[in-house]
Amino acid sequence: MKRVGVFVCHCGTNIAAAVDVGEVVDKARLERGVVFSAEYPYMCSEAGQTMIANAVKEHNLTGVVVSACSPRMHEVTFRKAAAKIGLNPYMLEMANIREQCSWIHKDKDDATKKAVSLTSAAVAKVHLNTPLFAGESPVTKRALVIGGGIAGISVALDVADAGYDVDIVESTPGIGGRMAQLDKTFPTLDCSACILTPKMVDAATHDNITLHTYSEVESVEGFVGDFTVTIRKKARSVDMKKCTGCGACYDKCPAKKAPSEFEEGLSNRKAIYIPFAQAVPNVPVIDREQCIKFKTGKCGLCETVCAPGAIDFEQQDELVTQKYGAVIVATGFRPIELGKFGEYAPESKDVLTSLEFERITNAAGPTKGALVRLSDGRKPKSITFIQCVGSRDTTPRGKAYCSKICCMYTAKHAMLVKDKYPDIDVNVYYIDVRSPGKNFDEFYRRAAEEYGVNYIKGQVGKVVDMGDHLVLQAADMLDNRQITARTDMIVLATAIEPLKSTKPIASMLTASIDTNGFMTEAHPKLKPVESPTAGVFLAGACHGPKDIPETVAQAGAAAAKVLGLLSKSKLTTNPCVAAADELACNGCSACESVCPYGAIGYEDRQINDHGVRGNQRLAAVNTALCQGCGACAVTCPSGAMDLLGFSNRQILAEVDALCR
Amino acid sequence: MQITGEQTFTPLITAFCCNWCSYAGADLAGTSRLAYPAEVRIIKVPCSCRINPLFVLRAFQKGADGVIICGCHPGDCHYIMGNYYARRRMTLLFSLLDFMGIERGRTHLEWVSAAEGAKFAATMSGFAENIHKLGKNRRLEDLRCKSS
Amino acid sequence: MQEQLRILAGKMLADGRAARVLGWKRTDFETAPEPSFFTAQDDLSELVYNKYCAANLSGFMIGAGKRDGVTVVFLKPCDTYSFNQLVKEHQIDRAKAYVVGVSCGGNAKVEEMEDVGWLERCLVCTKHDHVVYDELVLDESLSRPEAQDRFGGVTRLEGLQSLERYEFWQGELSTCIRCNACRNVCPACNCKKCVFDSAKYDTAAKANVTTFEEQLFHIIRAYHVAGRCTDCGECARVCPQDIKLQLLNRKIIKDINELYGEFQAGQDTETLGPLTAFNADTDAEPSIVHTRG
Repeated sequence: MKRVGVFVCHCGTNIAAAVDVGEVVDKARLERGVVFSAEYPYMCSEAGQTMIANAVKEHNLTGVVVSACSPRMHEVTFRKAAAKIGLNPYMLEMANIREQCSWIHKDKDDATKKAVSLTSAAVAKVHLNTPLFAGESPVTKRALVIGGGIAGISVALDVADAGYDVDIVESTPGIGGRMAQLDKTFPTLDCSACILTPKMVDAATHDNITLHTYSEVESVEGFVGDFTVTIRKKARSVDMKKCTGCGACYDKCPAKKAPSEFEEGLSNRKAIYIPFAQAVPNVPVIDREQCIKFKTGKCGLCETVCAPGAIDFEQQDELVTQKYGAVIVATGFRPIELGKFGEYAPESKDVLTSLEFERITNAAGPTKGALVRLSDGRKPKSITFIQCVGSRDTTPRGKAYCSKICCMYTAKHAMLVKDKYPDIDVNVYYIDVRSPGKNFDEFYRRAAEEYGVNYIKGQVGKVVDMGDHLVLQAADMLDNRQITARTDMIVLATAIEPLKSTKPIASMLTASIDTNGFMTEAHPKLKPVESPTAGVFLAGACHGPKDIPETVAQAGAAAAKVLGLLSKSKLTTNPCVAAADELACNGCSACESVCPYGAIGYEDRQINDHGVRGNQRLAAVNTALCQGCGACAVTCPSGAMDLLGFSNRQILAEVDALCR
Repeated sequence: MQITGEQTFTPLITAFCCNWCSYAGADLAGTSRLAYPAEVRIIKVPCSCRINPLFVLRAFQKGADGVIICGCHPGDCHYIMGNYYARRRMTLLFSLLDFMGIERGRTHLEWVSAAEGAKFAATMSGFAENIHKLGKNRRLEDLRCKSS
Repeated sequence: MQEQLRILAGKMLADGRAARVLGWKRTDFETAPEPSFFTAQDDLSELVYNKYCAANLSGFMIGAGKRDGVTVVFLKPCDTYSFNQLVKEHQIDRAKAYVVGVSCGGNAKVEEMEDVGWLERCLVCTKHDHVVYDELVLDESLSRPEAQDRFGGVTRLEGLQSLERYEFWQGELSTCIRCNACRNVCPACNCKKCVFDSAKYDTAAKANVTTFEEQLFHIIRAYHVAGRCTDCGECARVCPQDIKLQLLNRKIIKDINELYGEFQAGQDTETLGPLTAFNADTDAEPSIVHTRG
């Protein structure tokens, strides 16, 4: 019989105001095996922990129950305190009498009764607790970054600079991501490419960084410290070792009808191409769906002009398998499809998304920086920006969240237009202007006050393309009037969403995504760069809409967490793992078939069943792989498989106590 | 012995909650001060797939009037697929109990995420109300385990 | 057929290909032959095969596999499903079994040693062909009783009100004497230590003291074999109280078929059982139990 001590916390008045703590203490003393019970205003404080420590020594306690807040809050605190005084940490259980009792039940009698019941269940469980010991698992000193945008590049550089190997997997032919498409950045209006391209080159030339461009993550196995990832390097049809980046191939390529992804489809690219002039790596790729050689077997002009003989039409996808200690997801965002937003006439050539507008204003873009209407090449006399297209939209077609970056880039766009062409009339329709970053509000006010950008609070209900101009209908909510206005170009601040590939990547990593498809963080405040899956970290817009400074800051934070992990020589594993009773197991394999981690194998072993010896096929749990879900324990018909820390008997004992 | 009428019947409800989503959802209900009946008693399990049908039956035996199981939403299981196993197991168990004439409303499964404190509280309130309507569990009870 | 089986068994024992033969042995009552291992050719005159040879011999192969040498086993078509399921669960060593598939024209229901017609399982039989065998001994002249709807009984009960179902099962289960025959005969019930014999979970009982214990035993018995039960019907056959145990097993099978797609345990030795698999996108939510008729 265990000697159990029960410690009931007041949590100031958080518990004590709704629960008669004294009653809980008194009732606990009547429970089987309870030799000591006490209360304290803040059990988690130094003094409270000392009280527990002293009681364990004085009363020779072998089991401890703390009735306080949620175990998700302080179980670790108390288990550490138990370990400090030589009690196995798993001989301690918590009863949650705050979140699941005092905070929600108004009636003091009811709350007290429930607190007593929850405490008795914890006592019943602790009687069946056994000391558990954490195992160790290795740490592979290498990190994988999924996504080669500014987030991925930043993480990779930070981790690589600290001396660890980093691989970047990028699905497109080159790194740089969305930031490479931008013209200027807010709120400083410095050139995006000027600050990004040096980083891209740093990443490509860093001794510790390996780039896998035009590559995708194929599969992920393993767990924190020991992931095994298979990367599919898609056939580039160009030998990266031989290619010198001279560009003769794409100069000569006759297939020129593919819409350029980098230019948002506003101009075409060749079938063999580099995404943009400063692409890293500067090695072209053949788009096999566009290539005449692949389509008809004829052509092969690129091969003919390639002096080093780098063109390889026979190249196959290559699978690379590598071990990693940590994985950083930095898959980024894309603008939503506007098919369901017909009222804005998104099919009109003079109605652009903001990202398309970035390309129009960019000197290297499809118009060479000339601000013209794409329909007729005329310079617009009036440009209208419409905010929140699909953002803060609770209808099924839209996104309920704020896309966060649109207010500022619209101010930027408006200012850039006014700067170059003060004669162009610039109007912005907005719901609210949100500018809470450093120097952001000043930036927006400059646009509105110094540059003369006309901000109209109201939503646009209809856009019609009249051929040589556009007409829009809107409501001005401050003046409370309907507006019908003529304009020459419309720019839609299109909501952003995570890439479609985020979901399969999250599944492979067993990390979770939220209802909007963004990666979920482990804790919204305290663990903002960790995913709930150990060893998987988040950077950038895959986690939620973010601007560049925020993305870089998160990337730095993720890198710090990765470094903390990679610098460890070993990790301690969860001791609450499955274990099979060899005398009950008949080796039926049911448990093996449900294990999500492949942690169960079988071995033929001699067993000694009370003197009867015999060989038996038995389940064997790999405790380094087992994550302790318990699927096996329930599948096992004979009850041979059980879960340490949450055993059948422990849970039944809790049921019995709670239903008393 | 006290004779109690239907008005004073307070059901006893056992809730099994997975550690990662539903238990956290219950915590959030608490943090947000969203009340639900005090008769709901929560047992924490690592995953909904840890819930053995025997636990459910034992709860009824020992006096529960309703048993509710909560797990992560499909696709969100911390253990990748545990809730999918739980979904099949509990569907077949609930159906078998129904087949044996145990009232359908006494068992329930709800997916509650860590962010759904309000859903947790509403689910528990709704379930408790249903159990209240069903009255005391008489069809799957063990008279030896009844104190009153 | 009986003669053919004796000759086959005799040859196998004589030339040393088999160490023993598992078949049905004559007893003092014609209607009650019993499973038996034959190791001597001389004993084979006791080997019988007729419509009273109802016992499913698959379960006995678990023990046989632990002994030296090959065991010849006679299996009716329905028994081969149990055999396959046990191979899948690594309980039978396939290499040490020589399966002789035998034709079946249905088994007789026997009450107090009297033949009273057909066994219920044979009236709804769907398993006409052997799914595993090394050799077949067939008798084409055997004809089966006319087939009825296997799930008819389940459907009828499903159509009743909840309280009526409860009362039906109270009527059935209250007659249970907890003899454990259903459990002991079931090929799938092969745990080394049954949960109802184990002191670990407060579930051990030699007799049902309360109605709850009756319910618990039968729920757990049916549920433990869910997805593994081949519907061989042995549990219902051996029940001395004639409790309609097949209804519980078939309810689960019917649910599995309707919710997760047709599944026949023992059809092969590879397919994952429905409770050790899932379909993330199409699986029904448990709330379907509330909404179904």
